[in-house]
Amino acid sequence: MSDLLQKHAGLAERHKQMLALGADAVGVRMDEILSPTRAIINGAETILAGTNNYMGLTFDEACIKAGIKAMETFGTGTTGSRIANGSYSLHQTLEAELADYLHRKHVIIFSTGYQANLGMLAGLAGPDDTIFLDADSHASIYDGCRLSGAQLVRFRHNDAADLEKRLARMGNDGGGRLVVLEGIYSMYGDRAPLAEFVDVKARHNFSLLVDEAHSLGVLGEGGRGLADEAGLEDEVDFVVGTFSKSLGAVGGYGAGNQDLFNAIRYAARAYMFSASSSPSAIATVTEAVRQLKARPELRDAIRRNSKQLFEGFKGLGLELCCDVVSPVIAVRVLDEQTAIGLWNALLTAGVYVNLAIPPGTPNASCLLRCSVSAAHSPEEIARIIEIFGDVCVPLVRAKVAADV
Amino acid sequence: MASANEEIFVELCMLLEPFNKVKATLSRKTDISSDLNIDSVSVMDFIMEIEDKYDIDIPLNMLSDIRTLDELTGVVEARITGVKA
Repeated sequence: MSDLLQKHAGLAERHKQMLALGADAVGVRMDEILSPTRAIINGAETILAGTNNYMGLTFDEACIKAGIKAMETFGTGTTGSRIANGSYSLHQTLEAELADYLHRKHVIIFSTGYQANLGMLAGLAGPDDTIFLDADSHASIYDGCRLSGAQLVRFRHNDAADLEKRLARMGNDGGGRLVVLEGIYSMYGDRAPLAEFVDVKARHNFSLLVDEAHSLGVLGEGGRGLADEAGLEDEVDFVVGTFSKSLGAVGGYGAGNQDLFNAIRYAARAYMFSASSSPSAIATVTEAVRQLKARPELRDAIRRNSKQLFEGFKGLGLELCCDVVSPVIAVRVLDEQTAIGLWNALLTAGVYVNLAIPPGTPNASCLLRCSVSAAHSPEEIARIIEIFGDVCVPLVRAKVAADV
Repeated sequence: MASANEEIFVELCMLLEPFNKVKATLSRKTDISSDLNIDSVSVMDFIMEIEDKYDIDIPLNMLSDIRTLDELTGVVEARITGVKA
């Protein structure tokens, strides 16, 4: 019998090589979280620029109060799934308030964002259907698609013409067709050209699902994401999102207007066979949704901060992965070794970002990925730019000199 | 004259070159994922190049049944024939 774990020896070796370069970027320990933008890492106060805490609500007073009250009233956990063990009124309140905020008739909440994609995709598509997914889709979308048993066709990233070619080539075999896009793509920070895809939808009959995980709260006048920004919410049939970014807790959701939408609850195993979210998480998310509604200034702050960091990095001559300002700002570097070295130097200098390397990145790119928060002060953003200047710019200069 | 199957195999080897970072010698028995040490995303990118070259679709769910270049050649040949039929 072969050793089951032997197949992972290559992964273990890659991690060992990372440690040999002096950094464990996939095992960072935060000893204290001081605020949405500060933590103690390796004994030093560090600016957090890789949290996806877009609205900075994790320490919001009202959210914390709501969480404490829910824990005192409903206990620490639900100890079961909503199908088998019942819903708490908190879950239904959140579903109703989120549906109202999203301008959708129905919302189903899941215990994590990853499960929201598993549940929605496997709940919507089956073996007789075809899912067309963007090449740069998040792992949870790939996994949900596989779980559905549907025929899977991958189209080139953000390329509506390529999707159209594939739709035409596959033909219409009578099964359902679902196209999956993301509002903001998590690695490069670019967004789907929604109007172009909607244009294709007018010529080819399909349902459209948009994952607004990174765009909820961030894009659109109402903060409802890319479809809100593009004024095309009526063209989007299904929305998926997460509670772990702009809403500052953990969980996810699917939303739609269809009469049969709630039947997904009885079809999606990720919903049926998973314990429901804890009372404190649900209560903090409900309060966070209210904050998104009541405080448009949070959207102004994240846009202002994103612009400051984007322009600061541009000014340094860093190579960014996206030309449009978004809260996800990724700096492309030469290779994995360089990325690990720079990541470590950035942390030592006082800023935490995400190390992003293949296969988690598009086109085998190596990235120092930053995410901006509405809670960053202008001084913190300025300091992040300054540290990147000190750590990364000498390398950029050396590369330019070498190229000349 | 080389058979259609042989021509496809030679073409696939050419399309695979940019992904063959370990510079492995390619044969029909080459296991695309493990012998070439390429990750899942690169395999899908390689498949996309083949799809565009031959104007065919190879749905992702078929990939779990394809390990070697010989098997992939057979699938591509069948998909081309399917399109023409």
